[in-house]
Amino acid sequence: MFGRLTWASIPFNQPIPLITSIVVLSVVLAVVAWITIKGWWPYLWNEYITSTDHKRIGIMYIVLALVMLVRGFADAIMMRTQQAISVGASQGYLPPEHYDQIFSAHGTIMIFFMAMPFVIGLMNFVVPLQLGVRDVAFPTMNNVSFWLTASGALLVNISLFVGEFARTGWLGFPPLSETQFSPGVGVDYYLVSLQISGVGTLLTGVNFVTTILKIRAPGMSYMRMPVFCWTSLAANLLIIAAFPVLTVALGLLMLDRYLGFHFFTTDGGGNSMLYMNLIWVWGHPEVYILALPAFGIYSEVVSTFSGKPLFGYRSMVFATLAICIISFMVWLHHFFTMGAGADVNAVFGIASMIIAVPTGVKIFNWLFTMYGGRVRFTVPMHYAIGFMITFVIGGLTGVLLAIPPVDFVVHNSLFLIAHFHNVIIGAVVFAVMAGYTYWFPKAFGFTLDERIGKAIFWLWFIGFYFAFMPLYALGLMGATRRLQHYDDPSWQPYNIVALFGAILILFAIALTVVQLIYSIRTRDRRRDLTGDPWDGRTLEWLTLSPPPHFNFAVLPDVHGEEAYWTRKQTAIREEQLIEEPNYEPIEMPINTPTGVIVAFFASLCGFALIWHIWWLVILGLIGAFAILVWYAWRDEHDHVIPVEEVQRLERERRRVRNALLQELIKTT
Amino acid sequence: MNLRRGCRTANFAQLLVSLVLPFASIALTGCNRGILNPVGPVGNAEKTILINSTAIMLAIVIPTMIATIAFAWWFRSGNIKATYRPDWEYSGAIEMVVWSIPALTIILLGGIAWIGSHDLDPGKPLKSTVQPLRVDVVSLDWKWLFIYPDQGVATVNQLMVPAGVPVSYRLTSATVWNVFFVPQMGTQIYTMPRMATRLNLEADRPGTYDGISAHFSGDGFSGMGFKVHALPPAQFAAWAQSARGSALKLDAAGFAELSKPSSYVKPLTFGAVVPDLFEAVVANRAPMLHLPQAALPKSKASAVPTGG
Repeated sequence: MFGRLTWASIPFNQPIPLITSIVVLSVVLAVVAWITIKGWWPYLWNEYITSTDHKRIGIMYIVLALVMLVRGFADAIMMRTQQAISVGASQGYLPPEHYDQIFSAHGTIMIFFMAMPFVIGLMNFVVPLQLGVRDVAFPTMNNVSFWLTASGALLVNISLFVGEFARTGWLGFPPLSETQFSPGVGVDYYLVSLQISGVGTLLTGVNFVTTILKIRAPGMSYMRMPVFCWTSLAANLLIIAAFPVLTVALGLLMLDRYLGFHFFTTDGGGNSMLYMNLIWVWGHPEVYILALPAFGIYSEVVSTFSGKPLFGYRSMVFATLAICIISFMVWLHHFFTMGAGADVNAVFGIASMIIAVPTGVKIFNWLFTMYGGRVRFTVPMHYAIGFMITFVIGGLTGVLLAIPPVDFVVHNSLFLIAHFHNVIIGAVVFAVMAGYTYWFPKAFGFTLDERIGKAIFWLWFIGFYFAFMPLYALGLMGATRRLQHYDDPSWQPYNIVALFGAILILFAIALTVVQLIYSIRTRDRRRDLTGDPWDGRTLEWLTLSPPPHFNFAVLPDVHGEEAYWTRKQTAIREEQLIEEPNYEPIEMPINTPTGVIVAFFASLCGFALIWHIWWLVILGLIGAFAILVWYAWRDEHDHVIPVEEVQRLERERRRVRNALLQELIKTT
Repeated sequence: MNLRRGCRTANFAQLLVSLVLPFASIALTGCNRGILNPVGPVGNAEKTILINSTAIMLAIVIPTMIATIAFAWWFRSGNIKATYRPDWEYSGAIEMVVWSIPALTIILLGGIAWIGSHDLDPGKPLKSTVQPLRVDVVSLDWKWLFIYPDQGVATVNQLMVPAGVPVSYRLTSATVWNVFFVPQMGTQIYTMPRMATRLNLEADRPGTYDGISAHFSGDGFSGMGFKVHALPPAQFAAWAQSARGSALKLDAAGFAELSKPSSYVKPLTFGAVVPDLFEAVVANRAPMLHLPQAALPKSKASAVPTGG
């Protein structure tokens, strides 16, 4: 009836997971109770859970990402604590079977359920606004994408309470991940949750490529798109090309595990090198799926807070596309030490280094964007400058790792760990934190507290250096990754310094929560009444904060590269807003529970697959399919916002903008 | 047992330096057991490439970092002395320079990568006047088996090599993937089931060096360390002679026993080995017990050495 699932699957005898489970369940129940007491369910259901509004979906993605950041960070600090004490005679406090789950969960969660949702959430919120349109191409599919991602995140976290997570690292290399060596449910949790969330990510890719290619405001030609839209386009093209490869790689491993195939097994003619190739054909572009939108965020932030257009826009676009294409031709640099031969290694090494050229150009272009500007040191600008300083170190060590003979001695070492955290934290985390602070007032109509924001930045920035510079040193001392215990006592001080860095980052994350609560409580004195709190240059600053459901009453006419800036300057010169147009009723897509119901059945199906509960697998599949069929046969597609409502909201916007205009005229 | 001769732990000042300059900190600590203190031609060449490439890139990276801070500070919004050029967004000359600098650097480093990849190809025999020693390496759950086909002996978790003599390794795995790595000797390489990789290394001077598995292989992974003893050639010959006297024989049954998962295994010496054991492992013909790793007894932590 319940497959492999028994009472023994719940870790009653292991204090750490048991206590964690109880705490997490209590928090979840408390939140649910709070929402129920406050009577917020109808609001959440109508405005968020079933919403097809790209802005609301973006916010849900970011909430998911922040929650998963806490979970992934809890894993991180447990690992750092273990490594700080587990030397010589001491085995630390985590036995290998637990430690191995923690580093696997940390990587899986941070990449798939923190970084990806954060970046996709920001793209969701910003891209349609920057393109000057009302929604993405497929609003319902957007909602489905989010809920499938959430379903994957849910399953990964259920593994904490029921059963175990994979003990095979975040990429689940066979043959270790084959049934012969990992008979438990851990690898199945890993595979099934990534397959479900992978579908969501692929749908996002399709949605955004379609949106950016087909739906833009009148006059918004390709070479007038903001750079964030360009980098989003490149990232989503990479998603479309790379994620099917991940699905296939994980699918083949599932066939091995579930049906006794021999793709990657040690016997029956299997070859695990194939998996290594497939997973990195996805894995390397994945780095740029995260990094390219991050570069886009920095482009927006540096330009806005330098009070200048981005230097070398065409160069930036070209560099973005160059990175997009070359990132598919470098996957072999993840296993130079497999013995492929000198020519193969050299070609892939050089291809990897070539990526450093367009990336370097981007750094220089941001540098020259600041040159001749009036740089305002706001929180997002702190992150941008912190990134430029930190990222060049990560770039340097990245090029070192791309040189095969150097990789031969630092591959898989803590030097590598330091390198990729250097680029993922230094580029992606700093960028999403910058983007979160930068676009927060647009989403909610009030700014985040600046003072706490700067403290958060400095804690991340200094914490990063303390946490990861010692890891570079340890890597050079011969320390490899994923050690639950080591013998050499001279490594310990470095690990203690790294733990100190992790504690600084802990404070950064805690302060992020404090900042949010404090800013909400003091929102009345931090309102953004103009819609343009940063003196912005792109179209999202044209509309109100928060924007109306339809974003723009009339789609803006775009003249020139900086659509909103040009318009603002014209208004200042002519001392008036553009003439009031004729308003028309606007059709917007209706809410739908499709996404959340599909994800509910997908979660059931996934959970059942993991535990071999075959009847529930079939039920889940039928349920998910049935709801999609039901949705396809719907009669009602859109609801109409009457012209009076459009006019009312737009007149309110014009009133606000006029006030801003008078202000600007006075200052210039 | 004092394995850490000449080692001391880093003091606070050195740790602070490590934050700024990881390279410098290694040179400062007395304990040089890593890749910056190589003991053979391969490790030496790789260290040279590592340091040269770093220096080449620092020549760009450091000015870029300084320029970032300088530009941001000089052009701060409060600085009335800085010229505000709100529409300046393009300069062909600057574009030319910002594309050329990284491109030229990468051409230079690309050349280093091409030459280095060929010179240091792991499978390429080392130049030497001495006939290389042959060693076959098999990774097991979770220990290392070293077979010396010419000497007819084998060891577990201790690798004996003659100093100043190149060693030609063939490597495979009787279990999941691992990586054979002796940081001070240089190049690491994967050991993979049903496949044989090749590696050539040499230790220039006698000494004891740490070896590890550098690819995660399951719960006992942390206990896969081994020692490399580089002996003067005469001593090595004497060791091989005495090893043949060991009562332990590595036959099919002995290999099956050895294949059982265990970790932190004390060194063993086998006085005799069944012929072609390495080939048998690669062909998956060895009589192995396919015990799942989960069957590892939980008490393995008790085998932890006390360290120094």
